[in-house]
Amino acid sequence: MKDTVQEAPLLAVRGLSKFYGARIGCAEVSFDLYPGEVLGIVGESGSGKSTLLSCLAGHLVPDRGEVIFDTDTGPRDTVTMSEPERRRMARTDWAFVHQNPRDGLRMGVSAGGNVGERLMAVGARHYGDIRGRAIDWLGRVEIAADRIDDRPSAFSGGMQQRLQIARNLVTGPRLVFMDEPTGGLDVSVQARLLDLLRGLVREMGLSAIIVTHDLAVVRLLADRLMVMKSGHVVEQGLTDQVLDDPQHGYTQLLVSSVLQV
Amino acid sequence: MTDQAYNFAYLDEQTKRMIRRAILKGVAVPGYQVPFASREMPMPYGWGTGGVQVTAACLVPEDVLKVIDQGADDTTNAVSIRKFFQRTAGVQVTEATTEATVIQTRHRIPETLLTDGQILVYQVPIPEPLRFLEPRETETRKMHELEEYGLMHVKLYEDIARHGQIATSYAYPVKVEGRYVMDPSPIPKFDNPKLSGSPALQLFGAGREQRIYAVPPHTQVVSLDFDDHPFEATKADHACDLCGSAASYLDEVIVDDAGGRMFVCSDTDFCAQRRAAGHVGRLGVPE
Repeated sequence: MKDTVQEAPLLAVRGLSKFYGARIGCAEVSFDLYPGEVLGIVGESGSGKSTLLSCLAGHLVPDRGEVIFDTDTGPRDTVTMSEPERRRMARTDWAFVHQNPRDGLRMGVSAGGNVGERLMAVGARHYGDIRGRAIDWLGRVEIAADRIDDRPSAFSGGMQQRLQIARNLVTGPRLVFMDEPTGGLDVSVQARLLDLLRGLVREMGLSAIIVTHDLAVVRLLADRLMVMKSGHVVEQGLTDQVLDDPQHGYTQLLVSSVLQV
Repeated sequence: MTDQAYNFAYLDEQTKRMIRRAILKGVAVPGYQVPFASREMPMPYGWGTGGVQVTAACLVPEDVLKVIDQGADDTTNAVSIRKFFQRTAGVQVTEATTEATVIQTRHRIPETLLTDGQILVYQVPIPEPLRFLEPRETETRKMHELEEYGLMHVKLYEDIARHGQIATSYAYPVKVEGRYVMDPSPIPKFDNPKLSGSPALQLFGAGREQRIYAVPPHTQVVSLDFDDHPFEATKADHACDLCGSAASYLDEVIVDDAGGRMFVCSDTDFCAQRRAAGHVGRLGVPE
Protein backbone atom coordinates (compact mmCIF):
# COMPACT_ATOMS: atom_id res chain seq x y z
CA MET A 1 0.00 0.00 0.00
CA LYS A 2 1.25 3.43 -0.90
CA ASP A 3 -0.20 5.77 1.62
CA THR A 4 2.78 8.09 1.99
CA VAL A 5 1.99 9.91 -1.22
CA GLN A 6 2.94 13.23 0.34
CA GLU A 7 6.60 12.92 -0.73
CA ALA A 8 7.76 14.23 -4.10
CA PRO A 9 7.85 11.81 -7.02
CA LEU A 10 11.29 10.40 -7.89
CA LEU A 11 10.51 10.60 -11.57
CA ALA A 12 7.80 12.72 -13.13
CA VAL A 13 7.13 12.24 -16.84
CA ARG A 14 5.03 14.76 -18.72
CA GLY A 15 3.81 14.45 -22.30
CA LEU A 16 6.74 12.40 -23.50
CA SER A 17 6.63 11.75 -27.26
CA LYS A 18 9.06 10.24 -29.70
CA PHE A 19 8.45 9.94 -33.43
CA TYR A 20 10.34 7.98 -36.03
CA GLY A 21 9.58 10.20 -39.01
CA ALA A 22 5.82 9.96 -39.47
CA ARG A 23 5.58 6.86 -37.28
CA ILE A 24 4.84 7.07 -33.60
CA GLY A 25 7.38 5.61 -31.19
CA CYS A 26 5.47 6.65 -28.11
CA ALA A 27 3.07 9.56 -27.69
CA GLU A 28 1.95 11.76 -24.80
CA VAL A 29 3.12 9.50 -22.01
CA SER A 30 2.74 10.97 -18.53
CA PHE A 31 3.19 9.33 -15.14
CA ASP A 32 4.73 9.77 -11.70
CA LEU A 33 7.03 7.26 -10.05
CA TYR A 34 7.44 7.50 -6.30
CA PRO A 35 10.47 6.35 -4.28
CA GLY A 36 10.39 2.63 -3.63
CA GLU A 37 7.80 1.98 -6.28
CA VAL A 38 8.08 -0.51 -9.11
CA LEU A 39 6.30 0.36 -12.33
CA GLY A 40 5.67 -2.26 -14.99
CA ILE A 41 5.20 -1.37 -18.63
CA VAL A 42 3.55 -4.10 -20.70
CA GLY A 43 2.40 -4.32 -24.28
CA GLU A 44 3.00 -6.32 -27.41
CA SER A 45 6.08 -6.06 -29.61
CA GLY A 46 6.21 -2.70 -31.34
CA SER A 47 3.92 -0.99 -28.85
CA GLY A 48 6.63 1.52 -27.92
CA LYS A 49 7.70 0.13 -24.55
CA SER A 50 11.39 0.01 -25.36
CA THR A 51 11.30 3.42 -27.07
CA LEU A 52 9.72 4.86 -23.96
CA LEU A 53 12.33 3.24 -21.72
CA SER A 54 15.19 4.49 -23.90
CA CYS A 55 13.77 8.01 -23.78
CA LEU A 56 13.46 7.85 -20.01
CA ALA A 57 17.00 6.54 -19.58
CA GLY A 58 18.45 9.17 -21.92
CA HIS A 59 19.55 6.74 -24.63
CA LEU A 60 17.15 8.38 -27.07
CA VAL A 61 16.27 12.05 -27.25
CA PRO A 62 12.48 12.48 -27.10
CA ASP A 63 10.83 14.92 -29.49
CA ARG A 64 8.55 16.41 -26.86
CA GLY A 65 7.97 16.23 -23.16
CA GLU A 66 9.80 16.34 -19.85
CA VAL A 67 11.45 13.69 -17.70
CA ILE A 68 11.91 15.28 -14.31
CA PHE A 69 14.16 13.38 -11.93
CA ASP A 70 14.48 14.23 -8.26
CA THR A 71 18.27 14.76 -8.14
CA ASP A 72 20.34 15.59 -5.05
CA THR A 73 19.97 19.25 -5.97
CA GLY A 74 16.21 19.17 -6.50
CA PRO A 75 14.00 18.17 -9.43
CA ARG A 76 15.72 18.52 -12.81
CA ASP A 77 14.56 17.85 -16.35
CA THR A 78 16.95 15.18 -17.65
CA VAL A 79 16.05 15.87 -21.28
CA THR A 80 17.49 19.38 -21.22
CA MET A 81 20.29 18.53 -18.78
CA SER A 82 23.83 18.73 -20.16
CA GLU A 83 25.31 15.49 -21.41
CA PRO A 84 28.11 15.19 -18.80
CA GLU A 85 25.53 15.56 -16.03
CA ARG A 86 23.22 13.01 -17.60
CA ARG A 87 26.02 10.51 -18.10
CA ARG A 88 27.19 11.07 -14.54
CA MET A 89 23.67 10.35 -13.32
CA ALA A 90 23.48 7.27 -15.52
CA ARG A 91 26.35 5.73 -13.60
CA THR A 92 25.41 6.87 -10.10
CA ASP A 93 21.70 7.38 -9.50
CA TRP A 94 20.47 5.29 -12.42
CA ALA A 95 21.02 1.78 -13.62
CA PHE A 96 20.02 0.06 -16.83
CA VAL A 97 19.57 -3.70 -17.08
CA HIS A 98 19.52 -4.85 -20.70
CA GLN A 99 17.53 -7.79 -21.97
CA ASN A 100 20.66 -9.36 -23.40
CA PRO A 101 23.40 -9.42 -20.75
CA ARG A 102 25.97 -9.15 -23.56
CA ASP A 103 24.78 -5.58 -24.15
CA GLY A 104 25.24 -4.62 -20.53
CA LEU A 105 28.42 -6.49 -19.66
CA ARG A 106 31.98 -6.25 -20.88
CA MET A 107 32.49 -9.77 -22.12
CA GLY A 108 36.29 -9.50 -22.20
CA VAL A 109 36.57 -8.36 -18.60
CA SER A 110 36.33 -10.61 -15.53
CA ALA A 111 33.21 -10.67 -13.34
CA GLY A 112 35.02 -8.67 -10.66
CA GLY A 113 36.10 -6.06 -13.19
CA ASN A 114 32.56 -5.81 -14.49
CA VAL A 115 31.18 -5.14 -11.05
CA GLY A 116 34.05 -2.80 -10.18
CA GLU A 117 33.76 -0.68 -13.31
CA ARG A 118 31.06 1.60 -11.97
CA LEU A 119 32.97 2.01 -8.71
CA MET A 120 36.10 3.00 -10.60
CA ALA A 121 34.04 5.29 -12.83
CA VAL A 122 33.02 7.29 -9.77
CA GLY A 123 36.55 7.47 -8.45
CA ALA A 124 37.32 4.32 -6.41
CA ARG A 125 41.09 3.82 -6.56
CA HIS A 126 41.73 1.17 -3.92
CA TYR A 127 42.03 -2.30 -5.41
CA GLY A 128 41.31 -4.15 -2.17
CA ASP A 129 38.13 -2.16 -1.51
CA ILE A 130 36.87 -2.57 -5.06
CA ARG A 131 37.47 -6.30 -4.94
CA GLY A 132 35.82 -6.59 -1.54
CA ARG A 133 32.69 -4.89 -2.76
CA ALA A 134 32.68 -6.98 -5.93
CA ILE A 135 32.80 -10.17 -3.86
CA ASP A 136 30.04 -8.85 -1.61
CA TRP A 137 27.83 -8.11 -4.62
CA LEU A 138 28.52 -11.40 -6.34
CA GLY A 139 27.34 -13.06 -3.14
CA ARG A 140 24.18 -11.01 -3.10
CA VAL A 141 23.29 -12.16 -6.60
CA GLU A 142 24.21 -15.76 -5.73
CA ILE A 143 27.39 -16.06 -7.73
CA ALA A 144 30.16 -17.98 -5.93
CA ALA A 145 33.10 -15.81 -4.87
CA ASP A 146 35.55 -18.15 -6.63
CA ARG A 147 34.05 -17.16 -9.99
CA ILE A 148 35.18 -13.55 -9.53
CA ASP A 149 38.07 -13.83 -11.98
CA ASP A 150 36.12 -15.71 -14.64
CA ARG A 151 34.88 -13.88 -17.68
CA PRO A 152 31.14 -13.57 -18.27
CA SER A 153 31.52 -15.72 -21.38
CA ALA A 154 32.17 -18.64 -19.03
CA PHE A 155 28.85 -17.99 -17.25
CA SER A 156 25.41 -19.39 -18.01
CA GLY A 157 22.70 -17.05 -19.28
CA GLY A 158 21.10 -16.75 -15.85
CA MET A 159 24.42 -16.03 -14.18
CA GLN A 160 25.25 -13.40 -16.79
CA GLN A 161 21.95 -11.70 -16.09
CA ARG A 162 22.58 -11.78 -12.34
CA LEU A 163 26.07 -10.42 -12.92
CA GLN A 164 24.62 -7.59 -14.95
CA ILE A 165 22.31 -6.77 -12.06
CA ALA A 166 25.19 -6.77 -9.58
CA ARG A 167 27.23 -4.53 -11.87
CA ASN A 168 24.37 -2.07 -12.01
CA LEU A 169 23.41 -2.01 -8.36
CA VAL A 170 26.90 -1.77 -6.88
CA THR A 171 26.88 2.03 -6.76
CA GLY A 172 23.53 2.05 -4.96
CA PRO A 173 21.35 3.64 -7.64
CA ARG A 174 17.90 4.97 -6.77
CA LEU A 175 16.22 4.18 -10.06
CA VAL A 176 16.68 1.05 -12.15
CA PHE A 177 15.48 0.67 -15.72
CA MET A 178 14.99 -2.91 -16.81
CA ASP A 179 14.31 -4.00 -20.36
CA GLU A 180 12.88 -7.54 -20.35
CA PRO A 181 15.21 -8.67 -17.54
CA THR A 182 13.96 -12.26 -17.73
CA GLY A 183 13.77 -12.56 -21.51
CA GLY A 184 15.62 -15.53 -22.93
CA LEU A 185 15.88 -17.41 -19.64
CA ASP A 186 14.15 -20.70 -18.95
CA VAL A 187 11.33 -20.70 -16.42
CA SER A 188 13.14 -22.09 -13.39
CA VAL A 189 16.02 -19.64 -13.85
CA GLN A 190 13.46 -16.90 -14.42
CA ALA A 191 11.78 -17.73 -11.13
CA ARG A 192 15.06 -17.50 -9.21
CA LEU A 193 15.96 -14.24 -10.89
CA LEU A 194 12.57 -12.77 -10.08
CA ASP A 195 12.91 -13.87 -6.49
CA LEU A 196 16.32 -12.23 -6.32
CA LEU A 197 15.11 -9.03 -7.95
CA ARG A 198 12.15 -8.80 -5.64
CA GLY A 199 14.43 -9.22 -2.64
CA LEU A 200 16.90 -6.59 -3.83
CA VAL A 201 14.22 -4.07 -4.72
CA ARG A 202 12.59 -4.38 -1.31
CA GLU A 203 15.84 -4.48 0.63
CA MET A 204 17.43 -1.47 -1.09
CA GLY A 205 14.20 0.49 -1.42
CA LEU A 206 14.80 0.81 -5.15
CA SER A 207 12.44 2.36 -7.61
CA ALA A 208 12.28 0.47 -10.85
CA ILE A 209 10.70 0.68 -14.26
CA ILE A 210 10.36 -2.74 -15.82
CA VAL A 211 9.50 -3.22 -19.47
CA THR A 212 8.25 -6.68 -20.30
CA HIS A 213 5.68 -8.60 -22.29
CA ASP A 214 5.51 -11.25 -19.59
CA LEU A 215 2.51 -10.59 -17.36
CA ALA A 216 3.74 -13.02 -14.71
CA VAL A 217 6.85 -10.87 -14.22
CA VAL A 218 4.87 -7.72 -13.53
CA ARG A 219 2.41 -9.59 -11.34
CA LEU A 220 5.32 -10.57 -9.10
CA LEU A 221 7.42 -7.41 -9.21
CA ALA A 222 5.38 -4.36 -10.10
CA ASP A 223 3.25 -2.21 -7.82
CA ARG A 224 1.71 -0.37 -10.71
CA LEU A 225 1.17 -1.22 -14.31
CA MET A 226 1.01 0.71 -17.57
CA VAL A 227 -0.39 -0.97 -20.66
CA MET A 228 0.83 0.34 -24.02
CA LYS A 229 -0.59 -0.15 -27.48
CA SER A 230 0.65 1.52 -30.69
CA GLY A 231 2.70 4.05 -28.77
CA HIS A 232 -0.09 5.14 -26.45
CA VAL A 233 -0.77 4.28 -22.83
CA VAL A 234 -4.21 2.68 -22.92
CA GLU A 235 -4.60 1.79 -19.28
CA GLN A 236 -2.75 2.27 -16.02
CA GLY A 237 -3.40 1.41 -12.40
CA LEU A 238 -2.44 -0.94 -9.59
CA THR A 239 -1.06 -4.18 -10.98
CA ASP A 240 -3.63 -6.50 -9.46
CA GLN A 241 -6.43 -4.18 -10.42
CA VAL A 242 -5.35 -3.98 -14.06
CA LEU A 243 -4.69 -7.68 -14.39
CA ASP A 244 -7.78 -8.90 -12.53
CA ASP A 245 -10.23 -6.36 -13.85
CA PRO A 246 -8.95 -5.08 -17.19
CA GLN A 247 -11.05 -2.24 -18.59
CA HIS A 248 -9.56 -1.54 -22.00
CA GLY A 249 -10.25 -3.97 -24.83
CA TYR A 250 -6.58 -4.48 -25.54
CA THR A 251 -5.76 -5.21 -21.89
CA GLN A 252 -8.57 -7.76 -21.81
CA LEU A 253 -7.06 -9.41 -24.89
CA LEU A 254 -3.60 -9.36 -23.34
CA VAL A 255 -4.74 -10.89 -20.06
CA SER A 256 -6.85 -13.56 -21.72
CA SER A 257 -3.97 -14.50 -24.06
CA VAL A 258 -1.84 -15.86 -21.22
CA LEU A 259 -1.63 -19.61 -21.48
CA GLN A 260 -2.68 -21.52 -18.41
CA VAL A 261 -0.71 -24.62 -17.56
CA MET B 1 65.72 10.97 -60.08
CA THR B 2 68.24 12.74 -57.88
CA ASP B 3 67.75 13.26 -54.18
CA GLN B 4 67.59 17.00 -54.87
CA ALA B 5 64.30 16.35 -56.62
CA TYR B 6 62.69 16.01 -53.19
CA ASN B 7 61.64 18.98 -51.15
CA PHE B 8 63.62 19.48 -47.92
CA ALA B 9 62.81 16.55 -45.60
CA TYR B 10 60.72 14.79 -48.26
CA LEU B 11 57.30 16.35 -47.51
CA ASP B 12 56.09 19.40 -49.43
CA GLU B 13 55.83 22.68 -47.56
CA GLN B 14 52.03 22.71 -47.40
CA THR B 15 51.99 19.28 -45.79
CA LYS B 16 54.60 20.34 -43.26
CA ARG B 17 52.53 23.41 -42.40
CA MET B 18 49.49 21.20 -41.88
CA ILE B 19 51.48 18.92 -39.57
CA ARG B 20 52.96 21.88 -37.67
CA ARG B 21 49.47 23.22 -37.06
CA ALA B 22 48.50 19.85 -35.58
CA ILE B 23 51.67 19.87 -33.46
CA LEU B 24 50.94 23.37 -32.17
CA LYS B 25 47.45 22.34 -31.23
CA GLY B 26 48.83 19.25 -29.51
CA VAL B 27 51.28 21.37 -27.54
CA ALA B 28 48.49 23.75 -26.56
CA VAL B 29 46.34 20.88 -25.25
CA PRO B 30 48.81 18.43 -23.68
CA GLY B 31 47.85 14.79 -24.17
CA TYR B 32 44.97 15.53 -26.55
CA GLN B 33 45.01 13.50 -29.76
CA VAL B 34 44.91 15.92 -32.68
CA PRO B 35 43.72 14.42 -35.98
CA PHE B 36 45.89 15.23 -38.98
CA ALA B 37 45.93 14.28 -42.65
CA SER B 38 48.62 11.64 -42.50
CA ARG B 39 50.44 11.14 -45.83
CA GLU B 40 51.65 8.02 -47.53
CA MET B 41 55.32 7.68 -46.70
CA PRO B 42 57.85 5.54 -48.55
CA MET B 43 57.78 2.92 -45.80
CA PRO B 44 55.13 0.53 -44.48
CA TYR B 45 52.73 1.47 -41.71
CA GLY B 46 54.11 0.31 -38.40
CA TRP B 47 57.63 1.37 -39.35
CA GLY B 48 57.27 4.87 -38.00
CA THR B 49 55.31 6.75 -40.66
CA GLY B 50 53.82 9.01 -37.98
CA GLY B 51 57.13 9.74 -36.32
CA VAL B 52 58.80 10.41 -39.66
CA GLN B 53 56.16 12.95 -40.63
CA VAL B 54 56.47 14.76 -37.30
CA THR B 55 60.26 14.75 -37.60
CA ALA B 56 60.05 16.05 -41.18
CA ALA B 57 57.81 18.89 -40.03
CA CYS B 58 60.20 19.81 -37.19
CA LEU B 59 63.52 19.58 -39.02
CA VAL B 60 65.48 22.65 -40.08
CA PRO B 61 68.77 22.39 -42.01
CA GLU B 62 70.81 23.17 -38.87
CA ASP B 63 69.34 20.27 -36.90
CA VAL B 64 71.35 17.30 -35.72
CA LEU B 65 69.26 14.16 -35.92
CA LYS B 66 69.47 10.99 -33.87
CA VAL B 67 67.24 7.99 -34.54
CA ILE B 68 66.85 5.09 -32.14
CA ASP B 69 64.83 1.91 -32.25
CA GLN B 70 64.42 0.07 -28.92
CA GLY B 71 67.19 2.33 -27.63
CA ALA B 72 69.68 1.22 -30.28
CA ASP B 73 71.16 3.39 -33.04
CA ASP B 74 72.13 0.46 -35.24
CA THR B 75 68.88 -1.44 -35.72
CA THR B 76 67.11 -1.68 -39.10
CA ASN B 77 64.38 0.85 -38.38
CA ALA B 78 66.80 3.41 -36.95
CA VAL B 79 69.35 2.99 -39.73
CA SER B 80 66.82 3.33 -42.54
CA ILE B 81 65.05 6.38 -41.08
CA ARG B 82 68.39 8.07 -40.41
CA LYS B 83 69.48 7.38 -44.01
CA PHE B 84 66.14 8.65 -45.26
CA PHE B 85 66.64 12.07 -43.67
CA GLN B 86 70.32 12.20 -44.61
CA ARG B 87 69.26 11.78 -48.25
CA THR B 88 66.16 13.94 -48.30
CA ALA B 89 67.11 16.69 -45.83
CA GLY B 90 70.89 16.52 -45.77
CA VAL B 91 70.92 17.17 -42.04
CA GLN B 92 73.75 16.15 -39.77
CA VAL B 93 73.22 12.90 -37.89
CA THR B 94 74.65 11.67 -34.64
CA GLU B 95 74.47 8.78 -32.24
CA ALA B 96 75.19 10.90 -29.17
CA THR B 97 72.07 11.88 -27.26
CA THR B 98 73.65 15.08 -25.96
CA GLU B 99 74.58 16.35 -29.43
CA ALA B 100 71.19 15.76 -31.04
CA THR B 101 68.57 18.47 -31.42
CA VAL B 102 65.88 16.15 -32.77
CA ILE B 103 65.64 12.54 -31.62
CA GLN B 104 63.18 10.18 -33.25
CA THR B 105 62.57 7.15 -31.10
CA ARG B 106 60.72 3.88 -31.15
CA HIS B 107 59.95 2.23 -27.78
CA ARG B 108 62.51 4.02 -25.58
CA ILE B 109 63.45 7.30 -23.97
CA PRO B 110 67.26 7.78 -23.91
CA GLU B 111 68.93 7.14 -20.55
CA THR B 112 70.86 10.39 -20.75
CA LEU B 113 68.67 13.19 -19.44
CA LEU B 114 67.31 15.38 -22.21
CA THR B 115 67.89 19.11 -22.13
CA ASP B 116 66.25 22.38 -23.08
CA GLY B 117 65.62 22.78 -26.78
CA GLN B 118 65.72 19.11 -27.68
CA ILE B 119 62.74 17.50 -29.41
CA LEU B 120 61.90 13.86 -28.81
CA VAL B 121 59.63 12.34 -31.48
CA TYR B 122 57.88 9.07 -30.68
CA GLN B 123 56.54 6.58 -33.18
CA VAL B 124 53.10 5.50 -32.04
CA PRO B 125 51.27 2.43 -33.34
CA ILE B 126 47.95 2.90 -31.48
CA PRO B 127 47.41 6.33 -29.93
CA GLU B 128 44.13 5.52 -28.18
CA PRO B 129 44.79 4.18 -24.66
CA LEU B 130 41.18 3.02 -24.32
CA ARG B 131 41.11 1.19 -27.64
CA PHE B 132 41.20 -2.42 -26.45
CA LEU B 133 38.61 -1.73 -23.77
CA GLU B 134 36.17 0.28 -25.85
CA PRO B 135 36.24 -0.44 -29.58
CA ARG B 136 33.96 2.45 -30.60
CA GLU B 137 35.90 5.55 -31.63
CA THR B 138 32.83 7.76 -31.08
CA GLU B 139 32.61 6.47 -27.52
CA THR B 140 36.32 6.84 -26.68
CA ARG B 141 36.25 10.43 -27.94
CA LYS B 142 33.24 11.08 -25.74
CA MET B 143 35.09 9.56 -22.79
CA HIS B 144 38.09 11.83 -23.36
CA GLU B 145 35.79 14.80 -23.77
CA LEU B 146 33.96 14.13 -20.50
CA GLU B 147 37.03 12.86 -18.64
CA GLU B 148 35.41 9.47 -18.02
CA TYR B 149 38.49 7.41 -17.38
CA GLY B 150 37.16 4.74 -15.01
CA LEU B 151 37.59 2.18 -17.76
CA MET B 152 41.36 2.64 -17.78
CA HIS B 153 41.44 1.42 -14.21
CA VAL B 154 39.35 -1.61 -15.19
CA LYS B 155 42.32 -2.68 -17.31
CA LEU B 156 44.69 -2.27 -14.38
CA TYR B 157 42.19 -4.09 -12.13
CA GLU B 158 42.16 -7.00 -14.58
CA ASP B 159 45.95 -7.10 -14.46
CA ILE B 160 46.04 -7.39 -10.69
CA ALA B 161 43.17 -9.90 -10.60
CA ARG B 162 44.94 -12.12 -13.10
CA HIS B 163 48.60 -11.66 -12.25
CA GLY B 164 48.64 -10.38 -8.68
CA GLN B 165 50.22 -7.11 -9.79
CA ILE B 166 49.91 -4.54 -12.53
CA ALA B 167 51.41 -6.61 -15.31
CA THR B 168 51.20 -3.93 -18.00
CA SER B 169 54.88 -3.36 -18.63
CA TYR B 170 54.85 -1.15 -21.71
CA ALA B 171 52.46 1.45 -23.17
CA TYR B 172 51.52 2.09 -19.55
CA PRO B 173 48.69 4.66 -19.44
CA VAL B 174 49.46 8.10 -18.04
CA LYS B 175 47.48 11.17 -17.17
CA VAL B 176 48.88 14.41 -18.57
CA GLU B 177 48.63 17.60 -16.53
CA GLY B 178 45.64 16.19 -14.62
CA ARG B 179 43.44 16.05 -17.70
CA TYR B 180 43.94 13.70 -20.66
CA VAL B 181 44.79 10.03 -20.31
CA MET B 182 47.45 9.25 -22.88
CA ASP B 183 49.19 6.22 -24.34
CA PRO B 184 52.91 7.03 -24.07
CA SER B 185 53.60 4.73 -27.08
CA PRO B 186 55.07 1.30 -26.31
CA ILE B 187 57.92 2.55 -24.12
CA PRO B 188 58.68 0.30 -21.14
CA LYS B 189 57.05 1.57 -17.96
CA PHE B 190 60.61 1.98 -16.67
CA ASP B 191 60.71 5.10 -18.87
CA ASN B 192 57.39 6.54 -17.66
CA PRO B 193 58.89 8.73 -14.89
CA LYS B 194 61.14 10.38 -17.51
CA LEU B 195 58.02 11.67 -19.33
CA SER B 196 57.17 13.96 -16.45
CA GLY B 197 58.79 17.37 -16.12
CA SER B 198 61.22 16.76 -18.98
CA PRO B 199 62.84 19.96 -20.31
CA ALA B 200 62.57 18.57 -23.86
CA LEU B 201 59.51 18.85 -26.09
CA GLN B 202 57.93 15.42 -26.59
CA LEU B 203 55.88 14.82 -29.74
CA PHE B 204 53.95 11.68 -30.63
CA GLY B 205 53.02 10.76 -34.20
CA ALA B 206 50.71 7.93 -35.27
CA GLY B 207 50.72 7.68 -39.07
CA ARG B 208 48.18 4.95 -39.70
CA GLU B 209 45.79 6.26 -37.04
CA GLN B 210 46.38 9.86 -38.18
CA ARG B 211 46.88 11.36 -34.75
CA ILE B 212 49.48 13.69 -33.25
CA TYR B 213 49.78 14.52 -29.57
CA ALA B 214 52.35 16.22 -27.42
CA VAL B 215 53.80 16.68 -23.96
CA PRO B 216 55.30 20.17 -23.74
CA PRO B 217 58.42 20.78 -21.62
CA HIS B 218 57.98 20.68 -17.85
CA THR B 219 54.56 19.04 -18.01
CA GLN B 220 53.34 16.82 -15.21
CA VAL B 221 52.76 13.24 -16.35
CA VAL B 222 51.39 10.74 -13.83
CA SER B 223 51.23 6.98 -14.35
CA LEU B 224 47.83 5.58 -13.34
CA ASP B 225 47.69 3.15 -10.44
CA PHE B 226 45.71 2.00 -7.39
CA ASP B 227 46.27 3.30 -3.86
CA ASP B 228 47.21 -0.19 -2.68
CA HIS B 229 49.07 -1.14 -5.86
CA PRO B 230 51.20 1.90 -6.65
CA PHE B 231 52.99 2.38 -9.96
CA GLU B 232 56.44 0.87 -10.07
CA ALA B 233 59.06 1.42 -12.78
CA THR B 234 60.51 -2.03 -13.32
CA LYS B 235 63.54 -3.40 -15.14
CA ALA B 236 65.47 -6.67 -15.21
CA ASP B 237 67.13 -7.17 -11.84
CA HIS B 238 70.69 -7.20 -13.18
CA ALA B 239 73.50 -4.89 -14.15
CA CYS B 240 74.60 -4.40 -17.75
CA ASP B 241 77.11 -7.11 -18.65
CA LEU B 242 79.06 -4.76 -20.90
CA CYS B 243 79.21 -1.47 -19.00
CA GLY B 244 78.13 -2.54 -15.52
CA SER B 245 75.35 0.05 -15.18
CA ALA B 246 72.76 -1.02 -12.64
CA ALA B 247 70.40 1.84 -13.40
CA SER B 248 69.73 1.51 -17.11
CA TYR B 249 67.00 -0.46 -18.87
CA LEU B 250 68.30 -3.84 -20.04
CA ASP B 251 67.78 -6.18 -22.97
CA GLU B 252 68.14 -9.88 -22.36
CA VAL B 253 70.29 -11.61 -24.97
CA ILE B 254 70.36 -15.40 -25.34
CA VAL B 255 73.97 -16.33 -26.10
CA ASP B 256 73.86 -20.12 -26.49
CA ASP B 257 71.39 -23.01 -26.41
CA ALA B 258 72.41 -24.13 -22.91
CA GLY B 259 70.57 -21.42 -21.02
CA GLY B 260 73.37 -18.88 -21.29
CA ARG B 261 72.26 -15.27 -21.40
CA MET B 262 73.51 -11.79 -20.87
CA PHE B 263 71.91 -8.46 -20.06
CA VAL B 264 72.96 -5.36 -21.96
CA CYS B 265 71.81 -1.75 -21.95
CA SER B 266 69.10 -1.22 -24.53
CA ASP B 267 70.42 2.33 -24.99
CA THR B 268 73.53 1.65 -27.09
CA ASP B 269 74.81 5.23 -26.93
CA PHE B 270 74.58 5.27 -23.12
CA CYS B 271 76.42 1.94 -22.92
CA ALA B 272 79.16 3.02 -25.33
CA GLN B 273 79.73 6.28 -23.44
CA ARG B 274 80.11 4.40 -20.19
CA ARG B 275 82.54 1.90 -21.67
CA ALA B 276 84.54 4.72 -23.19
CA ALA B 277 84.72 6.23 -19.71
CA GLY B 278 86.24 3.00 -18.43
CA HIS B 279 83.28 1.17 -16.88
CA VAL B 280 83.39 -2.58 -17.45
CA GLY B 281 80.61 -5.10 -16.83
CA ARG B 282 80.67 -8.83 -16.03
CA LEU B 283 81.39 -9.91 -19.63
CA GLY B 284 82.85 -6.67 -20.88
CA VAL B 285 86.35 -6.28 -22.32
CA PRO B 286 88.24 -3.14 -21.20
CA GLU B 287 88.78 -0.77 -24.13
